[in-house]
Amino acid sequence: MKSLLKFLKNYKKESVLAPLFKLLEASFELFVPLVISRIIDVAIPGKDHPMIIKMGLVLVGLALIGMVAAITAQFFAAKAAVGFSTELREAVFSHIQTLDFTSIDKIGTSTLITRMTSDINQLQNGVNMVLRLFLRSPIVVFGAMIMAFTIDVKAALVFVVTIPLLAVVVYGIMLLTMPLYKRVQGNLDKVLGHTRENLTGVRVIRAFRLEKKELKDFEFDNRVLTKAQTHVARFSALSNPLTYVIVNGALIALIYIGGVRVNIGDLTQGQVVAIVNYMSQILVELIKFADLIVLITKAIACGDRVEAVLKTRNAADAREKDDADNKAESQAENSFEKPCNESAPGGEYIVFDHASLKYAGAGDETLTDISFSVKKGETIGIIGGTGSGKTSLVNMIPGFYKATSGSVRIEGKNADEYESTELLNKVGVVPQKAVLFKGTIRSNLLWGNENATDEELWKALDMAQATEIVKGKENGLDAVVEQNGRNFSGGQKQRLTIARALVKNPEILILDDSASALDYATDAALRKAIASISDTTVFIVSQRASSIRNADKIIVLDDGAVVGVGTNEELLKTCEIYREIYNTQVET
Amino acid sequence: MKSKKQDINKKTIGKILNYIRHYIPLLVISLILAAAIVVGTLYIPVLIGRAVDLFLYGKGGVDFDELYRILIRMGIVIVLTAVSQWVMNTINNHITYHVVEDIRNDAMRHLHDLPLSYLDKQPTGDIVSRIVADVDTFADGLLMGFTKFFTGVMTILGTLVFMLRTSPFVSIVVIFITPLSFFVAKFIATHTHDYFQSQSKIRAEQTALIDEMIGNQKIVKIFAKEEAVKDRFNEINGRLHDSSLKAVFYSSLVNPSTRFVNSLVYAGVAVVGGFFVIRGFALENANIFTTLTVGELTCFLTYANQYTKPFNEISGVVTELQNAVVCASRIFEFIEAKPRTPEAENAAVISDVKGNVSLKNVEFRYVEDKPLIRDFSLDVKPGQRVAIVGPTGCGKTTIINLLMRFYDVDEGSISVEGLDIRNVTRDSLRGSYGMVLQDTWLKAGTIRENICMGKPDATDEEIIAAAKAAHSHSFIKRLPNGYDTVIGEDGGMLSQGQKQLLCITRVMLCLPPMLILDEATSSIDTRTEIRIQKAFAKMMQGRTSFIVAHRLSTIKEADVILVMRDGNIVEQGDHESLLSKGGFYAELYNSQFAV
Repeated sequence: MKSLLKFLKNYKKESVLAPLFKLLEASFELFVPLVISRIIDVAIPGKDHPMIIKMGLVLVGLALIGMVAAITAQFFAAKAAVGFSTELREAVFSHIQTLDFTSIDKIGTSTLITRMTSDINQLQNGVNMVLRLFLRSPIVVFGAMIMAFTIDVKAALVFVVTIPLLAVVVYGIMLLTMPLYKRVQGNLDKVLGHTRENLTGVRVIRAFRLEKKELKDFEFDNRVLTKAQTHVARFSALSNPLTYVIVNGALIALIYIGGVRVNIGDLTQGQVVAIVNYMSQILVELIKFADLIVLITKAIACGDRVEAVLKTRNAADAREKDDADNKAESQAENSFEKPCNESAPGGEYIVFDHASLKYAGAGDETLTDISFSVKKGETIGIIGGTGSGKTSLVNMIPGFYKATSGSVRIEGKNADEYESTELLNKVGVVPQKAVLFKGTIRSNLLWGNENATDEELWKALDMAQATEIVKGKENGLDAVVEQNGRNFSGGQKQRLTIARALVKNPEILILDDSASALDYATDAALRKAIASISDTTVFIVSQRASSIRNADKIIVLDDGAVVGVGTNEELLKTCEIYREIYNTQVET
Repeated sequence: MKSKKQDINKKTIGKILNYIRHYIPLLVISLILAAAIVVGTLYIPVLIGRAVDLFLYGKGGVDFDELYRILIRMGIVIVLTAVSQWVMNTINNHITYHVVEDIRNDAMRHLHDLPLSYLDKQPTGDIVSRIVADVDTFADGLLMGFTKFFTGVMTILGTLVFMLRTSPFVSIVVIFITPLSFFVAKFIATHTHDYFQSQSKIRAEQTALIDEMIGNQKIVKIFAKEEAVKDRFNEINGRLHDSSLKAVFYSSLVNPSTRFVNSLVYAGVAVVGGFFVIRGFALENANIFTTLTVGELTCFLTYANQYTKPFNEISGVVTELQNAVVCASRIFEFIEAKPRTPEAENAAVISDVKGNVSLKNVEFRYVEDKPLIRDFSLDVKPGQRVAIVGPTGCGKTTIINLLMRFYDVDEGSISVEGLDIRNVTRDSLRGSYGMVLQDTWLKAGTIRENICMGKPDATDEEIIAAAKAAHSHSFIKRLPNGYDTVIGEDGGMLSQGQKQLLCITRVMLCLPPMLILDEATSSIDTRTEIRIQKAFAKMMQGRTSFIVAHRLSTIKEADVILVMRDGNIVEQGDHESLLSKGGFYAELYNSQFAV
């Protein structure tokens, strides 16, 4: 929670001024009982009408100044709180942008969404209220006590007992409920996850007629949430009655002591009324404060959850840091042993040099000892079974995953050593899952290159066999794309995502099984078009032998290892696994 | 315009009350307790006033016997009030949380009752935000409303009675100035409503963006678009900042303004009350219309405070409720979205399906003026395999939407075993199909739960047999906890191919009489696919199957091939006859190995 306070940094002025003005307001309120006591003790016995009116005007004056101070305080508090939440949301969102896929999988999308929305909203509310009330309440409480002391020390001692007692109760309830609120939020997350799931999987749920079961599961989670909520509420509902009992108990004591003191002649009627009024002020303030505590406990729980997102570090980064020393050493060794590789002889453009990859936390290596080299402009086919590591392999080229041993070099330079954007600018990737974003076709294509002209867009669409999709739309390039591109079919999305990558005009193009939803004719036309760009190095990952059989080089993967490299003809002669794949597809 | 808005608000409030209806007994108890609390709270100042009056004569003049009696009575009242407070709060919380639970359940129930045409159009994030965030904001508002509104109203009424009984004239001061605070609050509330609404709208927009971008973080990374996405986010965030600032600040004006009115009342009571006390000294036959004691004045001053406090609170509640009503109306908008066509009266439960499916002159469109499928007829006999082929986007998945009755046909009819599917329960219709979609969807839960979807009571042996048949057993076995491995939302760490294998296993387990396979194996390598196809072939034996596939092997083995183009069936027949025909199919086929 503490680390979130830095988001108030830009609102230091407001964060100081808001409570300050509240303090002003509170101090004016503290004068009110004194004025009343003067009316009772001086004006009434003296039958002094003008004085009563004068005192009435003093009361109005105090109220007016109080209101101006309060509105000023509200303004600064609102500004600081809204500014805080805006900056925090921005920071959390940017931080999520830096997370790798593994981290996002681990946290879960729905949690990220609650944290970015309702949690931060609660926090905003919390900050606002804290700035407005958190200082005000102690000032009123202690101010009232000090004022009581100025009237009568003995009666004021009741305040000295009451205030710590109140503090214990309020703080105790806060400590008790804090972990419970955390649990409530966790349960809320589950309900949210369920809701999302029911929306994204609605077809499958209906096909399997699981509506009733899903509803039952949802109702169960919902019930658990309600139970957790009522459980917390039972405790937090204690704070008001308890403070009420303590303060009113104190009033009984005060009146008794007051009676004794009046009887000896040490106090007047008006003074007793003033002291009673101070105690009442404390009660009024405490009721507000108790509400505030509930809000703060909730806000702190939310804050911790938001903070947890900000503190999530990528596993790879963490590993990198730990291994920094070892790596430096081993790299030095490598360069000493194989100096010739660094100069990239023979126009070798991309080199995998005994590269292995192991995901953080995974037991086995996903890729083991991968070695091959590629010349500029070549087309490389990568084929292999599910889980054989094809996607991991191509993802190492733009540096999404870093080799845990060995190296991947592009133009003689280690992939790790590139600035991430430098390498990304060279590489166009079309991932397996075709995703388009809400906007227009044009806005989606421009992801590849913001400055592309319409002509360039059409050229890319043409190569990706997507021209007819766009032409078929009423607004052409400006046709609307709905969220996740769901107004397009799978095949249409694939072609548009390919076009998106082509707009980038990449030096290296990676098609990660991205033609799976295309029919053979479209697939073939696509490959033909891509082959016509001569200086682009193309990687085609596919399940179809037909898609890769004309590649300059085919890499056959099996269980994370290379089992064959060569052309179609070579592999048919030498590679058992390739032959099997090829034959099953061509013969049936 | 304004009255229309209020009308909508009224309707929404009516619906909220409808949800509370089930809790009437509790509500009554809560109301009684609220009344008890009010009486207790109001009685204490009276007692204090009486005690203060004992101090009038100063030194040596205090009647301690009377003082003790008053103090003991105070003690009893305090304890009773506190207990009532706790019980009432607990009851109110109970009601609120349960109402929220009921609304969420209703929303979820309705979700399953909505046509896909609605769900396909509405952004997921927006619906999620309605069911989760809006219901929550609504709950907070309702909670505040419950606890404060009732006690507020009762305090106002109670104070009025107590005050009038003590001094009608001084009461007039309170009664006349106080309503001011109500007007101030109302004025502010009506003027902030729009800010709250726009805040709510921008929030929904932001949630949708978060949903989209964070859900597809990898693509964002591939194109190094983090900055651009951040810019878009920040633009919305900036707008949210502006509208939130306005909503928060203007609504926070209510408190200081009403408090000021409160202070005016206080000053008024002090002055007028002071006059009455002085007047009382001169009068012989004092009564409540002519005089006041100092103790009564202090009691009055406390009331003056308490009398405006509920107004403060009610006005605070009004802004909060305003926000809650906005959220509630968004929820109800969802809950009341037009449900799908209800089941026909006497809808038949089809059982003993052999696999006769016939489509007659089917017309269908997603968008009003864009016809997609036109005059499409097809007769399928039991056990036949129908392969649907054609260029992407030609309407193949649409046929599945129609067969499963995810969407209803616009014209013509689809019938199973001679029964129009509109006269058959959706449940029994869908139960007759086993479906594997291109979009692999898995729920958060264990592998076992995901496999058992179609047959919740399956035994371990059946599950393993199905997994073996679908070739998923070997990878499931290697997962950390085997069949009990918990997978995250949407499959989490599983690869696309593994997810697909699980979806196949799911169907393999329950084996309905008809099958729908939509490019089901496109992400699975050929070696695995060969095995799956063998399993499929076995499974399809005697089962009517509709297969949307690009695999030549699947297509070749089909009894009927539907060649689709632009929503129309352009050719129909088996592989050989279509090839020899030399039409569109032949063109597709011949291009297969061309580069």
